[in-house]
Amino acid sequence: MEEAHPTSTAEVAEVLGDATSRGLTVVARGRGTKQGWGMPPTSADLVVDLSGLARVLDHQAGDLIVDTQAGALLSDVQDVVGTERQRLVLEETVPGTTVGGALATNTSGPQRMFFGTARDLLIGVTVVRADGVVAKAGGRVVKNVAGYDLGKLVIGSYGTLAVITEAVFRLHPLPDVERWVVTPVDGPGRAHELAQAVVHSQAVPWAVEVDLPASGPGTLGVLLGGKAEGVADRAETVRRLLGDAAEVTDTTPPGWAAYPAGPVLLKLTFALSGLRDVLTAAREAGVHVRGSAGAGVVHAAADDAGALDALRAVCARHGGSVVVVDAPDDVKQAVDVWGPVPALDLMRRVKDQFDPEHRLAPGRFVGGI
Amino acid sequence: MPGMPGVDAVTQRARELIPPEGVITDVARLRTYECDGLSHYRVVPALVVIPEDAAQLAGVVGACAEHGVPFVARGSGTGLSGGALPHAEGVLVVTSKMRTITAVRPDDQRAVVEPGVINLDVTRAATPHGYYYAPDPSSQQICSIGGNVAENSGGAHCLKYGFTTNHVLGAEFVSPQGDVVQLGGIAPDTPGYDLLGAVVGSEGTLGIVTSATVRLVRLPEEVRTILVGFASTDQAGAAVSAIIAAGIVPAAIEMMDALAIEAAEAAVHCNYPDGAGAVLVIELDGAAVEVAAEYDEVERLCNDNGAFEQRLATDPADRALIWKGRKSAFAAVGRISPDYIVQDGVIPRTALPEVLKAIAELSGTSGVRVANVFHAGDGNLHPLVLFDESKDGEAEAAEEVSGAILDLCIEHGGSITGEHGVGMDKARYMPRMYDEADLDTMQLVRCAFDPDGISNPGKVFPTPRLCGEVPGRHKGAHPLQEAGLAEVF
Ligand SMILES: Cc1cc2nc3c(=O)[nH]c(=O)nc-3n(C[C@H](O)[C@H](O)[C@H](O)COP(=O)(O)OP(=O)(O)OC[C@H]3O[C@@H](n4cnc5c(N)ncnc54)[C@H](O)[C@@H]3O)c2cc1C
Repeated sequence: MEEAHPTSTAEVAEVLGDATSRGLTVVARGRGTKQGWGMPPTSADLVVDLSGLARVLDHQAGDLIVDTQAGALLSDVQDVVGTERQRLVLEETVPGTTVGGALATNTSGPQRMFFGTARDLLIGVTVVRADGVVAKAGGRVVKNVAGYDLGKLVIGSYGTLAVITEAVFRLHPLPDVERWVVTPVDGPGRAHELAQAVVHSQAVPWAVEVDLPASGPGTLGVLLGGKAEGVADRAETVRRLLGDAAEVTDTTPPGWAAYPAGPVLLKLTFALSGLRDVLTAAREAGVHVRGSAGAGVVHAAADDAGALDALRAVCARHGGSVVVVDAPDDVKQAVDVWGPVPALDLMRRVKDQFDPEHRLAPGRFVGGI
Repeated sequence: MPGMPGVDAVTQRARELIPPEGVITDVARLRTYECDGLSHYRVVPALVVIPEDAAQLAGVVGACAEHGVPFVARGSGTGLSGGALPHAEGVLVVTSKMRTITAVRPDDQRAVVEPGVINLDVTRAATPHGYYYAPDPSSQQICSIGGNVAENSGGAHCLKYGFTTNHVLGAEFVSPQGDVVQLGGIAPDTPGYDLLGAVVGSEGTLGIVTSATVRLVRLPEEVRTILVGFASTDQAGAAVSAIIAAGIVPAAIEMMDALAIEAAEAAVHCNYPDGAGAVLVIELDGAAVEVAAEYDEVERLCNDNGAFEQRLATDPADRALIWKGRKSAFAAVGRISPDYIVQDGVIPRTALPEVLKAIAELSGTSGVRVANVFHAGDGNLHPLVLFDESKDGEAEAAEEVSGAILDLCIEHGGSITGEHGVGMDKARYMPRMYDEADLDTMQLVRCAFDPDGISNPGKVFPTPRLCGEVPGRHKGAHPLQEAGLAEVF
């Protein structure tokens, strides 16, 4: 296996152009924090290490945008934009994540409930195609409907369509204050009722997170942010909804924005009204669940993939899916990591157009793409 | 239809699938579909079909695929870029009989609707449950969700709540081969490529949406709408910057200049402040205490920047009147000019003063009047370029000014369209914004979805890409090791 260490989009283009003429398979890497996610590529002749594209290129505070190279650490981007009291609401769920890594795997944290995910924040993207051609889509303005939105296609594509080298994001102001309202919950039923109460309130919750261990009580946490007076009032509204045991705090609750830990990490999605059933199934399967009750996305940590079918059945009933995000290779080989994928035929056609020789992370993605 | 055997075959198939009133071949009736909201482009389609459901629609598209006949989707025909302009040898597929709201699911914060459903009707259906559909184009009383999805439409409130693409979670979609496929769904993050993200905003060039699953947003506890008068657009622009810099994200910040105000007054008597060189319409929404606090700050910031009058709408009637002036602005310029071009461009918001000055200069030197209406919060300009068709050379001069405004947007790092789309009208401007490789790459998506190029051909891209061809291959090895870019391990 070879490694390349480009430091600019032009150099990535050169590297991929060369790989094309030599017929090499290519895997892109940021800092490697999620390199094990998805299926292991069936071949990787060349690793393109993007940690040399680490510069935050331009922060326009007045326009609430930032332009960054893809190998920059998410935390570095936050440091830069933070100097003007702004932030990129793409939370770091895996420490040490790069911008490109977060985009390619489409990670998201608690505040997706209010601010959305990468697809809602990325306004411009530069990619290098498998054949070394550099292409841009979108731009540097928040509002723009000129041309196809290629950014959406590369988000969550696990490096199988193109190598992301540069990204422009919309930013949000840093809130003056943040408050969490946290309450213990004894099980799925209570967690569901309280989550629904907050989700449908007018308190403008930024996040509604559930954390339910394999057994015993768990917690429900609600984040509110904004101007001091407003937040105090909203927090009080939420505290009343959550009941006597709820507490308002200005410290981040333990485990907030982190995936639950275990050898097998599953991502479960479902329509909001399915929360109770999903949590109940997780309990029965003995897995620890944590995540966005308010967005219909939670992660589960398990010792093995034994619960996969049962969880898939319940999530499917609520319009969602279960993906094996990370697991030891033998587990991944034994199960269907991605589960059923609608429109797979169209996805293959997209892949065939972008990477006709299937040289970008072959086999890593859905349906063997 | 002589000389169009493909269309004849599709017509025959359509008659088998669709009740007679939904298959139109009569020239007089075909002509009623010859244009969309951009009425100076006109083409009479060879056939119009009005299917009642996805199966009928897919059947017609399948027949088009079989016979190589182009098709164009049409919702309400309010598009302003000629996106729904028919194809002379093709089929216009109209969604006006697919208007069922299939489900309203407040517990899941979702609604499922057919493509012909009118934007405002989604909100009407959701409001009894305490919810609404956030994207609100000014045409929301007539435009369709299918058209919104195709154009990735925005509205006054997208500053805070985002555009159509942020609110469409799933779609049933008929591919240009006539296959019905599911994209996304009621739950987020469907595994696989985000094809839905590519389809939204693709202006009907990738296929036809037959159902959309949209996000419903909780109605805010409090809404405050403020009308603020300034002596100049510079002052109003400075106030906008100050509000954003204070970390406030209003639901909407709209600006109108003196000429736009004059037009709105003439048309709807919205009673905007006398003698204003610019007005801002600012809307704050959210939890009551928060909105009250933000309001105090916004009021102060407007005063600091020279506001001479501020009016807070306290009841729904007042609020509606303020919005009426703004939302009727396009049609209103009809009162002060026989003809006008609605331009749609985007600039980084901070470039506003500079660009407005340049537009004023353009207007001054050319003698073409320009009324400015815009979504000031996100830099989306809608200059209304006024002219009189009956006067020699005026239309050309207006066209020239309108194009020059787009160049200004591009020069300032903006976009040639923020919400009205590229369509027929702006395809020729695409190469000014994107280079050949960019456009070629976008068209890879087109080739994946529609290799035969029958879905709304001629829109968005100035030149179609041949889908078989393999682009720009790099031949010969690069001495990467020498360059220090690659190492072998
Ligand atoms: C007075 C006025 C005000 C407006 N204000 C705004 C505004 O504030 N914001 C804004 O964004 N726009 C605005 N518009 C533009 C227009 O209303 C929007 O673009 C709207 O989304 C078009 O919807 P429609 O149903 O009329 O679509 P049409 O005009 O019928 O079609 C538009 C495009 O969508 C395609 N299409 C239609 N249905 C489908 C489908 N089911 N599947 C795939 N493709 C489809 C068509 O092929 C075409 O390319 C305004 C227009 C007018 C006339």
